[in-house]
Amino acid sequence: MNWVPEAASSFAGKVDGVLWFVTVLSIVFFILITVLLIYFSFKYKRKTENDYTPYITGNQTLEIIWTVIPSILLFVIFAYGLIVYKEMRTPPGDAVEVNVTAKQWIWIFKYQNGKSTINELFVQHNRPVKMVMRADDVLHSFFVPAFRVKQDLVPGMYTQLWFNPTKIGTYDLFCAEYCGTGHSQMLAKVYVMSPEAFSRWEKGDEEETTTFASTKSPEELGKDMYSKNGCAACHSIDGSAGVGPTFKALYGKNESLQDGTTIEVDENYLRESILIPQAKVVQGFAPSMPSFKGILTDEEIDALIAYIKSLK
Amino acid sequence: MATGTAATISEPSFLEYKSGFRSWFYTTDHKRIGILYLVSISIFFIIAGSIAIVMRAELFTPESNIVSPHTYNVLFTLHGSLMVFFFIVPGISASLGNFLIPLMIGARDVAFPKLNLGSYWLYLIGAAILLFALLEPADTGWTFYTPYSAKTNTNVILLTLGIFVLGFSSILTGLNFIVTIHKMRAPGMTWHRLPLFIWALYSTAILQLLATPVVGITLLLLIAERTLGIGFFDPDKGGDPVLFQNFFWFYSHPAVYIMIIPAMGVISEILPVFSRKPIFGYKAIAYSSVAIAIISFFVWAHHLFVAGISETAAIIFSFLTFLVAVPTAIKVFNWLATLYKGSIQFHSAMLYALSFLFLFTVGGLTGLHVGALAADIHLHDTYFVVAHMHYVMIGGTVMGFFGALHFWYPKWFGKMLDDTLGKIAWFFVFIGFNVTFFPQFFLGVQGMPRRYATYLPEFESLMKLSTIGSWILAIGMIIMAYNLIKSLYSGEKAPDNPYNSLSLEWQTSSPPILENFKEIPVVTDWSYGYGKKG
Amino acid sequence: MEQLTADHVHVHHIDPVEEYEQSKFGMWLFLGTEILLFGGLFATYAIFRAKYPEMFHLDHLKLDWELGALNTIILIGSSMTMAIGVTASKKGNNKLLIIMLAITIICGLVFGFNKYLEYTAKFAHHIYPDTSIFFSLYFMMTGLHMLHVFIGLIVLLIIMILAIKGRYSASYNTHVEVGGLYWHLIDLIWIYLFPLLYLIG
Repeated sequence: MNWVPEAASSFAGKVDGVLWFVTVLSIVFFILITVLLIYFSFKYKRKTENDYTPYITGNQTLEIIWTVIPSILLFVIFAYGLIVYKEMRTPPGDAVEVNVTAKQWIWIFKYQNGKSTINELFVQHNRPVKMVMRADDVLHSFFVPAFRVKQDLVPGMYTQLWFNPTKIGTYDLFCAEYCGTGHSQMLAKVYVMSPEAFSRWEKGDEEETTTFASTKSPEELGKDMYSKNGCAACHSIDGSAGVGPTFKALYGKNESLQDGTTIEVDENYLRESILIPQAKVVQGFAPSMPSFKGILTDEEIDALIAYIKSLK
Repeated sequence: MATGTAATISEPSFLEYKSGFRSWFYTTDHKRIGILYLVSISIFFIIAGSIAIVMRAELFTPESNIVSPHTYNVLFTLHGSLMVFFFIVPGISASLGNFLIPLMIGARDVAFPKLNLGSYWLYLIGAAILLFALLEPADTGWTFYTPYSAKTNTNVILLTLGIFVLGFSSILTGLNFIVTIHKMRAPGMTWHRLPLFIWALYSTAILQLLATPVVGITLLLLIAERTLGIGFFDPDKGGDPVLFQNFFWFYSHPAVYIMIIPAMGVISEILPVFSRKPIFGYKAIAYSSVAIAIISFFVWAHHLFVAGISETAAIIFSFLTFLVAVPTAIKVFNWLATLYKGSIQFHSAMLYALSFLFLFTVGGLTGLHVGALAADIHLHDTYFVVAHMHYVMIGGTVMGFFGALHFWYPKWFGKMLDDTLGKIAWFFVFIGFNVTFFPQFFLGVQGMPRRYATYLPEFESLMKLSTIGSWILAIGMIIMAYNLIKSLYSGEKAPDNPYNSLSLEWQTSSPPILENFKEIPVVTDWSYGYGKKG
Repeated sequence: MEQLTADHVHVHHIDPVEEYEQSKFGMWLFLGTEILLFGGLFATYAIFRAKYPEMFHLDHLKLDWELGALNTIILIGSSMTMAIGVTASKKGNNKLLIIMLAITIICGLVFGFNKYLEYTAKFAHHIYPDTSIFFSLYFMMTGLHMLHVFIGLIVLLIIMILAIKGRYSASYNTHVEVGGLYWHLIDLIWIYLFPLLYLIG
């Protein structure tokens, strides 16, 4: 196993360079210290109760050496880290902007052509992108190990980061700043696509490339939507309690709402709750769900409802 | 070396002179207060350690199967808060410091014995508040970052209030120690003859005094944010969430040194005794403690490299962070040089001291990874940080603490520990610790974020290894606890000075009499005069 | 050093000079931590004042600077009477000490009463700690200061009772001096709070 993850951005290799440099230096010092420690321990192991030991209280030359040499090396590490950091923090002028909004516990990406996606980030191969990010509720952090990028998202301010994806493929995106119950489910995928595939996706010719394959049944498609849009962070499918009501046996159930009324869960209620989640909130749950208006198409909502209906 | 010591004291020891509940909970004797702290922190260590075992068990598989994600979040919050605020911060300083400072400087007690008892009561009050907080425990992580900590509907107020009260206790203890060390040294105990453990506690006390009020006001503001609706950290009201992080780390980074410096002091005491050599570079070690204490106030923002601070700030704080590594490196080399040409005895206390050197080196060196800006961007908030922190906190502080327990046990309780059992326990602790935490460096580099209740399947094998390590570590701890308790009853009676140490605390009876010394000793030399001159 | 008594009573340092030195040193250290405690709030003040100069200007006009000024004079006056009391105690003039302590305590109470008037006036105008960042700061800073005034008053009251009981003399007045230091700190902090909040806001 390679100890660093796949390097898939223009500066990933350089970050690895810093990592390698510090690690090799650390190993050298570690070996030096450990070898001396073990060597001294056995060489000078007590033989008799009255072993002769010299009265050595210090040695100025030695002490100066081991103050100055580490200081110089530490400065070199600092400078090396700084140089790469500078590059990581300076986006090129032609970088494409993507707006990122994080909220408990989903990622929302808005692109310049007006498209928006949830928990899926589409970027073009070898084209620098700049994330302009903000958080809706609490702190989150945008972390893609393969790109070696990380930046906190803070409510009330914009933060940014950039990267240039250099390998076509699919990569994991994690939330790295603790944000509550669904923190470890706040995952997304980054799709790095060839220019051709990306422009097809941009024009919307090929429906979402990866998602819509008409050969699938509505339930199967709904299941895909369920896992891809971050529903799982709040709504379980096994009946266990989450941040939102479970989907298991939800359809047809009578739910009591916060205003005291009850409602039978049917297609219309499900659809309304996806598009205007705050309209009728089930008692005992916080009104924290985001709207999926403009994010899910009608077909996708149909599929999702079909999937919920299938969970008996 | 000191004169005026009393080898043949027939008075009852501080343990025996009086018994009963009142004689303990109303005692103003620093040695008894030390024991009270020792018992209290041990209880919290066991609770927080058990929580860690549950967390590791949950992480044995990628899915949630033992506890729900919310419970997991509560668990890591409690584990962190208890370990940091209830165990490590008061750990060596309040328990061993209380016991040893007057003994080592040749005084009869600390400067303000009643205040000392008051500090302990404050600790108890803090602990009582914490117990109430457990009824509906917070899920914020021990760092209480806003705005989450201001918004979550778990009980953050009680937990922070408990920590606030502990902060008071910590401040008063630090104040007491500083005055004691300044004003109550025995005749002839000049600053440059002070044992290095005292230097370490002196530096620690300065940190406690300067840093703790700031975390106090920060937690108070957080409580006000939740109760009065003030908005310093709330972006909706014009506040700044990152301000909280700045305030929090302004305390909590120095607090890291509040935790580690006392352990460094312990190592400086144990190594010379079991090497029969003077400590190498006394002044360098003493002053580097003070240097670390001062520099540590200017590095807090290295926890915020990706939090949204300016580039300039990040660069400055990275630089200062590397600066604080220098005095630490100096200490490690000095300790190594102390072993050179010594007569090394592998007492169980010495084994812990040597493992401190080994593990703390790993913890220190991996600190360079997270101090370097570019690398930190990748490693921040991953398991790499978790591993680094535990190598410093367990590999450093806890190893120092265990070493100190094994070293001063005969003086404290008048009984010898079972050294063989001590070594067996050490073996399990050492192996278990490394198996638990070394894989976490790799997990972090691979991109595994911390504070995750569930994780991706690709991390599973290393996670399993880490969990297995936690079991080995637990076995070691159980053996050690057994040894420590068993020896109280069946341990051999300890001689006054079993290791032929030159330090003052060994020149009185074991356990010491109530007033520590029959007559206040007159100090004529430092306590590291081992080996033959010339 | 004192002799050990035969029945092992735990005797501590009775030497008054030594105790005086230690207590005073300890109190100075404690005052340092108090300043750092308020330091956190002063830092917050500086940050938000730089961020929202407009808000600070408009909101500070809503404060009653005349009442604040009166309180400042009262507190400075109380610091002065405290100082006279300490000097009197050092000279062994217990009577003057008691009078001065009484005046100091009355000043503290009047200060607290004024503060009460001020707070209720604010509430009457629907100004609460969550009204704005400025008022959050105002209530936190003056509230925390008020808490210190209360603690200071209790300390002074205890010292006065002990003084009436005749516990202090020219050779022993550690409490008086240390308590006085604490009261001066309370005054000092207010001297910074007053202009920051009432005058230059």
